[in-house]
Amino acid sequence: MFDFNTNHKALVWTMFLVFLGLTIWIAVIPAFQIQNEYGPLPEQKDLTQEERRGLEVYIAEGCVACHTQQVRNIEMDKMFGKRPVMPQDYYYSKKRQDVWRQSPSLLGSERTGPDLSNVGARQASEAWHLLHLYEPRAVVEESVMPSYRWLFEEIDSNYVSESDLVVSGIPEEFIKDKSKKVIAKNDAKALVAYLISLKFTDLPEDMEAPEFIPLKEKDKELAGGSSESSSSGVDGKRLYESTCAVCHQSNGKGVSGAFPPLAGSGIVKDPNPTNHIKSVLFGKDDNPQYGPMQAFADELTDEEIAAIINHERTSWGNDAETITPEEVKEIREEGK
Amino acid sequence: MTYLKNSKERFYLFLLLFFSVFPALAKSGSDTTAWLQSTGVIGTILLVVVSLVVTLIIGLIKFNDFFKKLKRNKKQKDYEELHEEIIGLEEGEIDALLEKRKKALTYKLEGDELGGKEKALDEKGIITHVSHDPKPRFFDKKQKSKILLETAPELKKLILYYLGASAFWLLLGTGVGEFLGLKFVWPSLDHVSWLSFGRLRPVHTNTVFWGFASLSMLGLAHFVIARTSNARLHNYKLSWISWGLINACVVLGNLFLMGGINNGGGEYREYIWPVMLLFIVALVLILYNFYKTVANRNIKEIYISNWYILAALIWTGVLATVGYLPFYQNGLGETVAAGYYMHQGVGMWFMTFTLGLIYYYLPATLNKPIYSYALGVLALWTQMLFYTLIGTHHFIFSPLPWWLQTVAIVFSIGMVIPVTAGTTNFLMTMRGRWDHISKSYVLPFFLVGIIFYFVGSMQGSLQATRFTNYVWHFTDFNVAHSHLTMYGIICFILWACTYTIVPKITGREPKTYLVGGHFWLALLGLFAYTFPLMWGGTLKGLSWLQGEPFMESVTLMKPYWIWRAVGGSLMLVSHFIFAYNLYYMFKNHKERTKQAAITSKENSEIIKK
Repeated sequence: MFDFNTNHKALVWTMFLVFLGLTIWIAVIPAFQIQNEYGPLPEQKDLTQEERRGLEVYIAEGCVACHTQQVRNIEMDKMFGKRPVMPQDYYYSKKRQDVWRQSPSLLGSERTGPDLSNVGARQASEAWHLLHLYEPRAVVEESVMPSYRWLFEEIDSNYVSESDLVVSGIPEEFIKDKSKKVIAKNDAKALVAYLISLKFTDLPEDMEAPEFIPLKEKDKELAGGSSESSSSGVDGKRLYESTCAVCHQSNGKGVSGAFPPLAGSGIVKDPNPTNHIKSVLFGKDDNPQYGPMQAFADELTDEEIAAIINHERTSWGNDAETITPEEVKEIREEGK
Repeated sequence: MTYLKNSKERFYLFLLLFFSVFPALAKSGSDTTAWLQSTGVIGTILLVVVSLVVTLIIGLIKFNDFFKKLKRNKKQKDYEELHEEIIGLEEGEIDALLEKRKKALTYKLEGDELGGKEKALDEKGIITHVSHDPKPRFFDKKQKSKILLETAPELKKLILYYLGASAFWLLLGTGVGEFLGLKFVWPSLDHVSWLSFGRLRPVHTNTVFWGFASLSMLGLAHFVIARTSNARLHNYKLSWISWGLINACVVLGNLFLMGGINNGGGEYREYIWPVMLLFIVALVLILYNFYKTVANRNIKEIYISNWYILAALIWTGVLATVGYLPFYQNGLGETVAAGYYMHQGVGMWFMTFTLGLIYYYLPATLNKPIYSYALGVLALWTQMLFYTLIGTHHFIFSPLPWWLQTVAIVFSIGMVIPVTAGTTNFLMTMRGRWDHISKSYVLPFFLVGIIFYFVGSMQGSLQATRFTNYVWHFTDFNVAHSHLTMYGIICFILWACTYTIVPKITGREPKTYLVGGHFWLALLGLFAYTFPLMWGGTLKGLSWLQGEPFMESVTLMKPYWIWRAVGGSLMLVSHFIFAYNLYYMFKNHKERTKQAAITSKENSEIIKK
């Protein structure tokens, strides 16, 4: 009966049923389980209507082709978030979009650009995101990201109304008609709102975050990395590059009209470092010429902030006295 | 393979490796040197490649020895049997035997045994190429096949339409791919939303998947199913409907993608379900059609190719349905389905189907049977058992359940079994006919496809393990791997099959130098594309491991992206040559086959007289 060589019915049915069985075991049941097992985290917020619209733009434009939203539970992914992602993190974002479109594949498989799980905490500035979407190379010189010009429109500067969101700081080389202003369309606003909403939810105290698996010593040697330059060491220049340079630029010159220069800056060169430390810890929004700066108190430790500030105070011709982590700690405790 | 070709290939390989490594050496900062001095991942890669080649050679030699020994044993047995026979003979019989032997020993040649007194005439037109000036040739003269297989005209038309449409999608899909490759080098190439990277990337993958490769496989399979069942295709109309549905699916799907409407960004599931439904319906129709043809076969056994082809159709029907059903796809449920779907899309559809095609077209080209039927059966069942379970290896270290990841890693290694079984089977089928390779324009395509089947699949297995995931996951290494396999295996095999069958049903062969051009440009392009990306991808992963600022990993890739664009250009040019070759074979095929039918009729009448 089961002579597959001659019995086409037996052959075809066996192939079908065994494959179906395997499929149900390896895909359908685990998918059901993981879908039904996890609710949201206690403090997790649902996306607002605008953020959800932004998520749709994110999917429509194919951002997932280059950006992951998956901080894996291995040490090297620490640079993108303080804890690995958990199934609960996707509760609100990975829902079926509508009758035509399924739940978005946010985890991604390619990291041509950085992971975005926590980008809202890392880069909270709306002005930066808008400029970056309009022309990525205006803020990150080496970027290979496409520019999303169609999410913006150019209008005559006389017709700009108060409700319009103007993109500031676009270098001249990227504007054709100088008499016009670039304003963000609703899709761009929504996308930026979504990006800024991407932050890790804090876990309640009785809940333990999954741990990062450290790289084995043997593997570390294989990778050619020495321990002192690994991510756990505090290297001001490196931290500056990965945290601050997207706005203030590697050369400390900033982006004219959007992000102030640090080279020659009064605050940076001030012998009294209090203002400098305060701006990093708590953010700053007192100069109408530039966009607001975000607070880094929750993102960086005292050691890291001290290292960054020292790098800023001694680079690009700046020559101010360096500071210690204790000074940062003091001001942090004092509060704003 | 002749020595010349072999060394030429090696030379280019070396050249490419050298140039892809060169930029890294040139800017070797402390990191690169440290990593070069270490035993390093690249060492592992090189070792893997070297060991693969060595194992293959050794394996072949061992097999050879083994078979020689088997032969020797048989000789020994025959000898012993003869001995026993002689002992049992009567005296008269021995005399007659000796007399015969004496005659044989004293036989002398007259000198005209091989010749004759008659004048030499080539009445059947067998001799096609006469040279009066034999010079050593750089390339061997390729053999022409004068066989014109009698094929039902309806079937012929069907096959040509499938292959024609597939060639169109190949040009479009890889044209888009090349355009995307250029965008890595010039990100501000254009600012048109419909041509932006994020929207076009799925257009590239879906077009070459559902447009090019699927149509090509199905077209080639129509011939296999009918031929090996020794029967007419059950229903031509169903196949035409499927042809229309698949093409409509790709056209509509691409327009939607470019307009910013996609299913959710999951790889190869980007077409929204109403569009993908067209493809699934087409699959079911063809499955029914093929199944009926096989069921009505005029031969007792189902040929192994048909096992694979039917399996691929059934499995893909199931997996596409499971991939699109919504009930379990919220939250990470979608990710489980994504791993399952994206991996099986490659493994159950393209790989299984293509293997089925090899089981027919390779023996057909070599004019000898497949080496082992049983190995083919073993490979099929293990393919089903192992391949189905490994989808989650795309999500190692993700928040998916640990047991799913472990199963995926274990069975990824288990894939060694079907891959080795398949490769052994194909290489043993080719064994003894190596000299044919330089004389055929089809076999080099097969050989490349089979070698990449082994190397690409093994590399995929290794890529699923822990350390390699640390270094390679999320990097351009994956892009290289998918091209090594989808291009190195699937495309090359499909081209081999196309060049095998089309001349035999249209009666016109392509110009061999153009087939050679297609082959070499595609192969060199593939090397220029994949090797730099593998190298660069490794450096990228190491840069992340060392905790360098993310932008470092972008800037360090730039020279490798240029190489990718160069490789892509070579590949694209080769596809234009392929399209021309296909057109050349198709042109006027109706008149030619009519002509051939008349001549064969006349011939048979002459013979009757």
